[in-house]
Amino acid sequence: MEELLHQLSNGLALGGIYALIALGYTMVYGILRLINFAHGDLFTLGAYLGLTLLTSFGLAGHIQAGFATALVLIFSMGLVALVGLALERVAYRPLRGSDRLCAVVSALGASIFFQNAMMLFYGARSLVYPPGILPDASIHIFGAELPLARFLMFAFSVLLMCLLYWFIHKTRLGAAIRAVAIDPNTARLMGINVDSVISLIFFIGPALGGAAGVMVGLYYGQITYDMGFGFGLKAFTAAILGGIGNIPGAMLGGILLGLIETISSAYLSIAWKDAVAFAVLILILVFRPTGLLGERVADKI
Amino acid sequence: MSIRKLWDRHSHSPALFIVFFVFMALLPTLLDLGKAAGGGIAWLDMLNKIGISAALALSLNLILGQTGLFHMGHTAFFAVGAYATAILNTLYGWPVFHTLPVAGLLAALAGLAVALPIIRLRGDYLLIVTVGIVEIVRIALTNNIFDLTGGANGIYGISRPVIFGMVFNTPKLQYYLIWAFTAFSVFFFYRLEHSRFGRALCFIKADEIAAAGCGINVALCKLTAFTLGACFAGMAGTLYAANIRTIEPSSFNFYESVILFAIVILGGAGSIAGVLLGSFLLIGLQDLFRDFQSARMLFFGSAMVAMMIFRPQGLIPRQGGPKLACEIPLLPAPEQLEDASKGDVSDGKKDGGRDAFPA
Amino acid sequence: MLSLHNLHKNFGGLLAVSDVSFTVTAGMIVGLIGPNGAGKTTVFNLITGNYKPDGGEIFFCGKKISGLPTHEIVSLGIARTFQNIRLFSDMTVLENSLAGRHCRMRSGVLSALFRPPRMLREEKDAVKQALHELTYVGLETRHAQKAGNLSYGEQRLLEIARALATQPKFLILDEPAGGMNDAETESLMRLIRSIRNRGIAVLLIEHDMNLVMRLCDRLVVLEHGAMLAQGSPEEIKNNEEVIRAYLGAGD
Repeated sequence: MEELLHQLSNGLALGGIYALIALGYTMVYGILRLINFAHGDLFTLGAYLGLTLLTSFGLAGHIQAGFATALVLIFSMGLVALVGLALERVAYRPLRGSDRLCAVVSALGASIFFQNAMMLFYGARSLVYPPGILPDASIHIFGAELPLARFLMFAFSVLLMCLLYWFIHKTRLGAAIRAVAIDPNTARLMGINVDSVISLIFFIGPALGGAAGVMVGLYYGQITYDMGFGFGLKAFTAAILGGIGNIPGAMLGGILLGLIETISSAYLSIAWKDAVAFAVLILILVFRPTGLLGERVADKI
Repeated sequence: MSIRKLWDRHSHSPALFIVFFVFMALLPTLLDLGKAAGGGIAWLDMLNKIGISAALALSLNLILGQTGLFHMGHTAFFAVGAYATAILNTLYGWPVFHTLPVAGLLAALAGLAVALPIIRLRGDYLLIVTVGIVEIVRIALTNNIFDLTGGANGIYGISRPVIFGMVFNTPKLQYYLIWAFTAFSVFFFYRLEHSRFGRALCFIKADEIAAAGCGINVALCKLTAFTLGACFAGMAGTLYAANIRTIEPSSFNFYESVILFAIVILGGAGSIAGVLLGSFLLIGLQDLFRDFQSARMLFFGSAMVAMMIFRPQGLIPRQGGPKLACEIPLLPAPEQLEDASKGDVSDGKKDGGRDAFPA
Repeated sequence: MLSLHNLHKNFGGLLAVSDVSFTVTAGMIVGLIGPNGAGKTTVFNLITGNYKPDGGEIFFCGKKISGLPTHEIVSLGIARTFQNIRLFSDMTVLENSLAGRHCRMRSGVLSALFRPPRMLREEKDAVKQALHELTYVGLETRHAQKAGNLSYGEQRLLEIARALATQPKFLILDEPAGGMNDAETESLMRLIRSIRNRGIAVLLIEHDMNLVMRLCDRLVVLEHGAMLAQGSPEEIKNNEEVIRAYLGAGD
C-alpha cells in the first residue's frame, strides 16, 4: 500500500511535467499539423536557463527561496518562449504551405541544432541543481510518508494548466486560437491574424515547456543536454494518448502516462520503463489513433 | 549551360552509375598510389563506413523516398541484421557470410511485423511510431533480451567473412565486399524503380486514393516496400557487424536513424544518385570533422533547416514520374514540339474554362 | 449487372445514405441525380469500396463486392473518376493513363530484377493500351504534357482515359461535365455514348440537366440520402415528387 502510494504520488509529479510539455506539442499540432521535434529541446533549454539564473545571480542565497524560485521560473519561461518565437520565425514560417515532410525535417534539424548548442555551451556532462530549494517536508497519507515536493510539483503543473484552460476558453485571444485550430482559412476571412495566433502558440507552448524544464531540475536535481529527446517523445506520447490537438487530452494523457510509467517501473521492471511508454504509444496509434478524447473524422474523397 | 543539360540528362542514367562504381573499384588502387601523400588505411575505413551507410540509405530510400512513408526507425532493422549475424557467428559458430540471408530474412520479418499494424497510419503518426520502435529495439538489446544480445556491452569477437576460402581481413578487402553490396543495392533498387512495382509506389506516393482507384493494392505495395527495405537493411547489418566486429546497442540509437533519414531527404528523396551523394556528404564529412563533434552537429542541424527552406527536393532531385524498364519510342518528334507550344495555350484556356463554369 | 440492396451509411450519427437500392443493367447509361448533399458521391464511394457500408449489400456480375477493398473492385471491372479531379498532376498525361493499366499487368518484384522478355512485352503492351485510350478520348497529342497543365475539361477526359485503361465493364463518372464549356460537353456526350457502345455500362452523377436528360437511359433520384424516385428520364421529368423536391427547388 505504502509502495503504491509512493508510486502514485511520484507518477502524478512526473505526469504533471509530461502534461506541461505535451501541451506545447498538442497546440502546435492542433494548428499547424506539425510535430515540433525541437519542443523537447526547448524544455531542456528551460532547465539550463533556470540553473544559470539560480546560480549566476546567487538568487537562492540572498532572498527567500520561494520568491527566488518563482522569479527564476518566470524568467526561464519568458526566455524559452522568446526562443520558441524565433524558432517559428526561422525554421517553420518559411515552410508553411510546403510539403509536410519538409517541416518535419526542419523541426528535426532545429532539434539537433538546439541539442548541440546546449552541449557546446554547458558541456556534455550532466549538471546539478543546487539542493534544498524545494521543501524537505513530508506529508502523511494513509500511513505513508510522502515528500511534499511531489505534491508541489503536481499542484504547480495543474495551476499552469488551469491558467491555460482559462486563457483558451475565456479570452478573446483564446477564442482566436480555437478558431484557427478549427479552420485557419475561415479564421483568416473572419479577420483573425493567423500569423499572430501561430506566434502566440509558439510563445505559450515553449513557456510551458520551459517551466517543465525548471521543474525537472528542481525535482530530479540532474539535467543533461539530451534529456529533451526522452521527455519530448514521452510527452508527445501523452499528447497522442489524450488525443492530439486536444488540450484537456494532453493534460489527461500526461498524467496517465506518468502514472503508467512509475507503476510499471515499480511492478514490472525499471530497465523496461521507457519501452513501456513507447509500447503505449504504438498501441494507442494502432487501436485508437484519435486518442482517448479525440474525435473520429472521415477522410474526404 | 551545356554541362548543366548533360548533367540533367544523365544524372540518373545507368551509365553514370557504372562509371561511378568503376571509379570506386579503382579507388583503393589510386589511394595506394597516393599513399605517400597520406595514410591510405584511414581513408578506406571512412569509405567502408560510407559504403555501408549508402546501402542502408538506399534501402530506406525505397520506403521513405519512393513510397513516401515517413519511416524514421530504419536502424531497428539494421540492428536486427547486425545482431543476427553477431549471435549466429559468436554463439553458434556460423560463418559470417552464411548469416547474410538469415539476417536479411529476420530483418524482413521484423519489418513485416512492424509494418502490418502501422502501415495505414497517417504520415507523421507513422514517423513517431517508428521512432518509438527504434527506442524499443535499443532498450531490448541493452536489457540483454533472450540472454543473447550481451546487454549494454554488446557482442564482440565477430569473425571475418570468408568467401571461397578467401578471408576478408584487411580494410581493402572489406572495402571491395561492402562496395560490391552497395553496387548490387543500386542495381536492385534501380531495376525495382523501373518496374510495375516501382511505378505503383510512385503513384501511391502521389495520391493513395487515386492509386487505389487505378486498381493498385496500396496496402500490399507499402508492406512489400517496407519489408524489402528492412531486408536490405538487415543485410547491411551483416556487413557492418563483419566490418566493425564489435557491436553494441548504442550504435543503433535514434540519432543514427535521423542521420539516415537526413541522407535520403537532403540527398534527394527517391533519387538513387542523390542518396549516394548524401551518404558521401553526411558520413564522410562527419568522419573528417570528427574533432569538431558538436560544432559539426550544429552545422548539420542548421543545414537541415536551410535545405528544407531553399532546396527541399534535395541535392540531386528525383527526375520525372513513374519509370519504364525501357524507353519506348512513342510519337514522332514534331507532334511533341507542337505539344510544347500548346502547353502555353492551355494555361490560358484553363483559366478561361474556370471563369465560364465556376464549380 | 450492378445491384445495390438497401444500402446504408452514416457518418458520426448523420445518415448520409439510407436504404438505397437500384440496379444497373449492362449496356445502359444511368444517371444518379439529386440536390447537393443528397449522398450521390457517397453512393459512388460505397460502390468503389472507398467507404464500407453500414448496412446493405452490393453485387456486381453476381459477386458480392461490398466490403472488398477498392483495388479488387477495380480488378473486377469497376472504374471511376472523381468529383474533384484526382489526377497525378505532376506526371505526364501518358503516365496517368498508364496508371490505369497497373491492375491488368502481372509482373512482380522478381521480374523487376531479372526483366524476362514477358515483362518487357507486357510493358510495351501497357504503353500501347494507355496511348490507345488517350487517342480514344482525344488527348494523344498531349501525351508528354504534365497532367496539371491541361485545361479543366481535358483533365476530366484524362480521368476517363485512365479509368478506361483499367478495362472496366462498368464506369462510374462523378460530374464528368463539371468545368466544361458547351462544345466540350457535346463531345463528352458523344464520348459517353461511344463508351456505352463498347459494352461498358455507365453510372454518372451530373448537375447539367440537359446532359442528363438527353444521355441517360434511366435516372435514380436521391434526396437527403434516400431514394426519391427512379425511372426513365420522361418519367422522372413528370414525377411530381421530383419536381417538388428537386427541379422546382429554385422556385
